[in-house]
Amino acid sequence: MSDFDSEIVAFDNVGLRYGTDGEVLRDISFTLYPGSFYFLTGASGAGKTSLLKLLYLAQRPSRGAIRMFGSDVITLPRARLPAFRRRLGVVFQDFRLVPHLSAFDNVALPLRVSGMPESEVAKPVADMLDWVGLSHRYEARPATLSGGEQQRVAIARAVIGRPDMLVADEPTGNVDPEMALKLLRLFEALNRLGTTVVVATHDVHLLKKVPDSLIMRLDKGRLSDPTGALRYPPRAASRESAAP
Amino acid sequence: MTRPEALHRAVVRGFSPFGGDRAARLVPQARLVGPMPWVIAIMVALTVIAAAGGLALQNMADTARAELSGGVTVQVIEAFPAARERQADAVMEALASDPGIATYRRVPEAELDALLEPWLGVGATDATVPVPALIDVRLRGVADRAAIDDLQTRLLAIAPDARVDAQSGWLQPVFAAIASLQWLAIALVVLLALTSAAAVWLAARSALGSNRNTIEIVHLLGGTDGQIARIFQRSIGYDALLGGAVGLAIGVAGVMVLGRQFAALGSGMMAGGGLTLFDWLMLAGIPVAGVVIAIVTARLTVLASVRRML
Repeated sequence: MSDFDSEIVAFDNVGLRYGTDGEVLRDISFTLYPGSFYFLTGASGAGKTSLLKLLYLAQRPSRGAIRMFGSDVITLPRARLPAFRRRLGVVFQDFRLVPHLSAFDNVALPLRVSGMPESEVAKPVADMLDWVGLSHRYEARPATLSGGEQQRVAIARAVIGRPDMLVADEPTGNVDPEMALKLLRLFEALNRLGTTVVVATHDVHLLKKVPDSLIMRLDKGRLSDPTGALRYPPRAASRESAAP
Repeated sequence: MTRPEALHRAVVRGFSPFGGDRAARLVPQARLVGPMPWVIAIMVALTVIAAAGGLALQNMADTARAELSGGVTVQVIEAFPAARERQADAVMEALASDPGIATYRRVPEAELDALLEPWLGVGATDATVPVPALIDVRLRGVADRAAIDDLQTRLLAIAPDARVDAQSGWLQPVFAAIASLQWLAIALVVLLALTSAAAVWLAARSALGSNRNTIEIVHLLGGTDGQIARIFQRSIGYDALLGGAVGLAIGVAGVMVLGRQFAALGSGMMAGGGLTLFDWLMLAGIPVAGVVIAIVTARLTVLASVRRML
């Protein structure tokens, strides 16, 4: 386990198996620090989605230890997990928008769940939808949005709460290169405000767009970390103030 | 490239509860188009009718008991008319001087003839059948076993053929039957409540199944079990309120129709079976109880289901 106190997430010798099958993740150890930017890469079936599930607390590991925001989330009582999830932003590969809600209400959902007064919800949601180019689609239901539009709503929902850690699974897979770059800049902007960003992607071109990023490569359930940079990375540089 | 305005502001996490209409919108609202309100309406209507029947029987029994509580009948069973009349007069005199007697009345022979006429025919009692002399007595206290035995003992000294019976004794089988019907009504109400809870349980599970994706999203966004339960509570509670109102209207209409039909029988005992204001208020409380049962059942069902998630 890392000696650093400021770690966001620390995995120590984590393994994951579903049922009685073999392990899909084996001996995973790394530490994520505030304000770092990570790309998670690997072939299909390498275990990227399983690792992301552990990161956004949808799954408990079969073995090993996971610390998040200073707490051992393996032994944490179930009732305390929602408070941890509210500090995360997640972009799911299949978007997972609520089908009965408008784009506006989908983006507002994290704010409402976390108890933000209704009078303060509208402005940030409108700002965010405007920024992702959906100012004309506030009332549209997900079924009437294109794949790219749905993805932008999902990203807006993930970042609206200024999470401490953003976990994104192929977040630019359905948008054109111009919008992909714009969304990547959004993640960078969030990252500069102190949010740790983990982006799972197949797109090798994307990796070059963020020079300071670290690469996490999964291969058949194992994390390759030849230099030890993932487990013992240098402290993150001081980040931009989060003040308005 | 500028970043969105929203990212400049620190996020205010507050205590505004995620519930009510905003939360209920997360699941589709079928309302009266769906089966749930109608299932609850039928349950509530049947419960109202069963409960009204039980309450009416209770009122009927109470009225009859109150009327008969101090009532006793003194019979002078003597075949010879002269001896019968002599003993009956002696009993009347004794009753007149007894401070424990509130009222007494010798049942006239014409009234006795009228009572027996359906079985013996007109005038049959005069010639052939010796009919006991009957005296209708009201005690100042309750006609319990001790009071009856005391009166019997005193009357036997002056009228050896006199026999004292509590009037309520004649109706014991009727009271027993009424008590059985009341238990039946209670059992029906309990069964209907359980059936309603089971229907809500099935509806909640079905709603959970068809909205699993939405639940998982809210769960992963940091929604608590209580917040997720409130989404369904609100929806099912609203269905139960609609169904309860419809069911109450149907049930009350049924009770009023049945009440008029029984009132038309003109029977003295049936007259005591009307519903009081308190009874009507109890019936009005049935849909409220239905809503509470629906909300509690929905909450427990949803909580049991989401607890299986991490």
